[in-house]
Amino acid sequence: MKRIITYYLKPYYLRMTVGFFIKFSGTLMDLFLPWTLARMIDVVIPAGKKEEIFLWGIFMLVCSVLAVTLSIIANRMASRVASDSIFTIREDLFRKVMILSNRQVDEITRPSLISRLTSDTYNVHQMIGRIQRLGVRSPILLVGGIIMTFLLDPVLACILLGVLPLLTAVVIGVSGKSIPQFTQLQEKVDGFVRLIREDIAGIRVIKALSKENFEQERFNQHNREVVDWEKRATVTTAIINPVMNLFLNMGLVCVVIAGAYRVNEGLSKVGTILAFMTYFTIILNALMSISRMFVIVSKAAASAERIDRVLKGEDEISFQLACVSKEKEKEISFLEFDHVSFSYDGTGNHLRDISFQMEKGETLGIIGATGSGKSTVVNLLMRYYDPDEGTIRINGRDIRAMSLKDLRSRFGTVFQNDVIFEDSILENIRMGRNISEKEAVDAAGYAKALDFIGEKGGILESLNIRGANLSGGQKQRILIARALAAHPEILVLDDSSSALDYKTDSQLRRELKENFSRTTCILIAQRVSSVMNLDHILVLDEGAVIGQGTHEELMKTCEGYREIVISQMGAGGNV
Amino acid sequence: MKDSQKNTIKRLIPYLMKYRFLLLLAFVMTIGSNLLALLGPLLSGYAVDAIEPGKGSVNFSRVFQYAGLMAMFYLVSSILSYILSVLMITISRKVVYQMRKDVFDRMLYLPAGYYDTHQTGDIISRISYDIDTVNESLSSDLIQILTTLVTVVGALYMMVIISPKLVLVFVITVPLSGLMTRFITSRTRPLFRERARSLGALNGFVEETVTGQKSIKAYCEEEEVIRKFSFKNKEAVESYYKSEYYGSMTGPMVNFINNLSLTLISVFGAFLYLTGAMSVGQISSFVLYSRKFSGPINEAANIMNDLQSALAAAERVFKLMDEIPEQEDRKDAVVISDLKQSVKGCVEFSHVDFGYETGKPILQNLSLKAEPGKMIAIVGPTGAGKTTIINLLMRFYDVDGGKITIDGMDIRDLTRKSLRKAFAMVLQETWLFQGTIYENLAYGKEDATLDEVVKAAKDARIHSFIEQLPEGYNTILKEDGTNISKGQKQLLTIARAMLLDSKILILDEATSNVDTRTEIRIQQAMRRLMAGKTCFVIAHRLSTIQDADLIAVIYQGGVAEQGTHQSLMEKRGRYYEMVMAQYDS
Repeated sequence: MKRIITYYLKPYYLRMTVGFFIKFSGTLMDLFLPWTLARMIDVVIPAGKKEEIFLWGIFMLVCSVLAVTLSIIANRMASRVASDSIFTIREDLFRKVMILSNRQVDEITRPSLISRLTSDTYNVHQMIGRIQRLGVRSPILLVGGIIMTFLLDPVLACILLGVLPLLTAVVIGVSGKSIPQFTQLQEKVDGFVRLIREDIAGIRVIKALSKENFEQERFNQHNREVVDWEKRATVTTAIINPVMNLFLNMGLVCVVIAGAYRVNEGLSKVGTILAFMTYFTIILNALMSISRMFVIVSKAAASAERIDRVLKGEDEISFQLACVSKEKEKEISFLEFDHVSFSYDGTGNHLRDISFQMEKGETLGIIGATGSGKSTVVNLLMRYYDPDEGTIRINGRDIRAMSLKDLRSRFGTVFQNDVIFEDSILENIRMGRNISEKEAVDAAGYAKALDFIGEKGGILESLNIRGANLSGGQKQRILIARALAAHPEILVLDDSSSALDYKTDSQLRRELKENFSRTTCILIAQRVSSVMNLDHILVLDEGAVIGQGTHEELMKTCEGYREIVISQMGAGGNV
Repeated sequence: MKDSQKNTIKRLIPYLMKYRFLLLLAFVMTIGSNLLALLGPLLSGYAVDAIEPGKGSVNFSRVFQYAGLMAMFYLVSSILSYILSVLMITISRKVVYQMRKDVFDRMLYLPAGYYDTHQTGDIISRISYDIDTVNESLSSDLIQILTTLVTVVGALYMMVIISPKLVLVFVITVPLSGLMTRFITSRTRPLFRERARSLGALNGFVEETVTGQKSIKAYCEEEEVIRKFSFKNKEAVESYYKSEYYGSMTGPMVNFINNLSLTLISVFGAFLYLTGAMSVGQISSFVLYSRKFSGPINEAANIMNDLQSALAAAERVFKLMDEIPEQEDRKDAVVISDLKQSVKGCVEFSHVDFGYETGKPILQNLSLKAEPGKMIAIVGPTGAGKTTIINLLMRFYDVDGGKITIDGMDIRDLTRKSLRKAFAMVLQETWLFQGTIYENLAYGKEDATLDEVVKAAKDARIHSFIEQLPEGYNTILKEDGTNISKGQKQLLTIARAMLLDSKILILDEATSNVDTRTEIRIQQAMRRLMAGKTCFVIAHRLSTIQDADLIAVIYQGGVAEQGTHQSLMEKRGRYYEMVMAQYDS
């Protein structure tokens, strides 16, 4: 909340102030009218001058026109400020989410990031707009009303004012309770978002197992929770209005009684008490809209806090700067893992003391059972996470000392379960890089994707969400084309030809050999035949290297590797 | 008002009518508290009258009497207004709950393909933002409209009594404000629609990019994505501003018309006074009532604005509810398990034609027969239509021509639910939800005991892995699955399928992410599981299907050739080519 006011709204302080003044003037014009009317009734009408009646009529008309014009201008300015500031907030938030470290993403979770970017920013947007519109008139009326009561009778005003600390206590008490409730609510909304995403992703499985009813029940639980918290939070804030009313009205009762004594003693007049009541109504109305604002603010405060939490989160850039260390430029290999250990959660051993080296243009295969840490190697190499111990170097430089852009632009990568975006085939291959259409077509050629792209109607054809109008093998080929398109220094294919048939797979390997001989290649695979011809093979088991070398060497030295080979190719292992 | 809006309103009403008694109660309480609000000033007036005599002669007993009444009344009024707001909150939450439930219920019965062309984020936006908007307006505006009606009628009545002539002023101003409101709403209607749409589009984009964040980072595409986001953000913010631009005009404009009528009343009132038709006192009370009259009208204009926004949002919600669900089961559809003999598992495709889009056939005249208890492998180049065969078998889609039968019954004559129950399926994309491993495994079989689950896990060779986890079967699987590898996920889904006692098994590239060592162990377990079951296997690794009873090679939407591994190899056709291709390198 603080950041939003002091940072994001700061550029608009001037505009907001001008807006306040315009709104203020508009309000003043509105107030001229009753005064004019009173004057007409008291002075003009009894005098019976027709011209003057017209004159005052025109004055009222002018006031009305001014009031409407000024109010509209002020309202529009307020909306402008709200829209402009939320634009920046959302943009900063999105920028941050894009560069947020993966540890942070794991911790906050994606559904929560999504709802922070959407429903939370929306809450804040509403607040900024409404506060400006409601926030001028009521404080002016409140302060003005209180001042007027003081001028009328300071003693009676003090009684009324005595209620204010009580009101403040209520507001503080309620906000202490309601803000956490609104926070809870937003967290429940996260769960909600998660479930919808989950079910849309798994719609085929749900249908296949006829679990529609079960999922409906699961959704209903979330639905109920969200509704419950919504109800709890709003009911909490709903107490403010009646309580404020009650306290103030009780204050008024005290004023009447005290007034009676004062009049009896000749210290005050009846007219004063009457006027007092008029102003009291104004104060009450002002407080009512302030209490309405208060509900909006507490809801937005919870959301602002959640936004702030992400904005404050550690991002990748920050841990890059922190880790810049002077690494002595060793005359060593192109790519090196030097005694690297890593754990995702700080307890398990996802990688233990991994070391290997590669020269430029060499090929490395990583093989091992499922869960042995193969993908983790890629995660560390591309700095989605940093190792707990050990160093990864490229050209002898600690990758933590490189800028992320410098590091990652060397790679072309296909992850397990990689994502296709709802865009054209071309844009999916491009991924925002400066790649010409020809280069993209060439890449699709290397990836053996041209045939089906032709069938689909060309490279400009759009793809459905998650590439749903493609088969598994077609998706993988688009992804491979994406990885190859920029002729990267290092190519990483994480189990990304699993859905390709043998023929395409072997054609692809041939293309790589012929056209990407200078590219350093890391292939993660399940099948020995995919890696057996590579320069190095790394055999992983439960996060540790149990063998490395060429196929021939491993056949001699590594029991685990031999086992895999035999299981896949029979005892000969020479297929 | 446009027809589409009328329709939207018509559909909103039932949601409220469900709580008509609560609403009626709220309405009665509104009138009650409004009346009490009129009583307050009256009582304080009496109290002041008692003070009136001035110094030394204040009637204290009367002052205390009225002060006491005031205190009591204010207490009652506060309690009443609190109850009223709790009541309205309760009603509105119920409506929201029901709407969300209705949307979600429909969602699950939409054809699976719906989600291939509709962004998840946009759907989330409908369920959260749009429904919230509808609700916000319903819960506050409804009561407001009712109070407005009461006050306006009352005030108008009073004014007619005082001076029918002066009421003529409103003949000018009321239609004027009507025109004004109409003008503004005609402007804002498309704008509110655009506002809800652009926000949905923004949410869709956010969902997609947050999901694909890792790839975006890998290609340093952050700046590009941020630029695209910026564009959508601008669109959303601008459409919000535009709707506010006109929307926030309503209040001041109506206020202007009120001021105008005040001016007119003053001027004409003055003339009426000069002609002797009205007294000063009458003018002043007329003005007071006209204020009472215009207040609610002002409020009503704001409500119209809110309603526009709510209707635009409701339209989007109903649009989703109106999407065509999977075709309903035929009226005489049969539940398989009700049949006398149990399913044998004889599956036959005869002359099946199918395409996802008209004019783009995927399968053409495909015929294929699977004898009970046999293993049928489906092979072919990617994109040939292998997964489509599964989609048709499970009735995610229905055939365009020809038919598919199980034990001689057209599958369209069976209820979807019972048909799908007859299958166990392991798909290429593993799907697990956030919940314990136990819950995920027992997902397909509600009454599964822990023993059964453990047995299935053992059969799928994942039991020892689960045992190693600190929480064992109660380990909660996280959304992004950092605590479990893809291959392990695959094993879990296989274990899940093992729990189902169905006669037909579908494995869609299921083992492609499992290392071969594990794969072979699974094969062995599968063998046991498959005994006596008809089994469809879609695999790219030809080695795993060599002992299939029947291998069908799908090519260009039809069965190019079929037979056993042996016979196909001898034939030296497409299958032979594919087998040889893997030894190319």
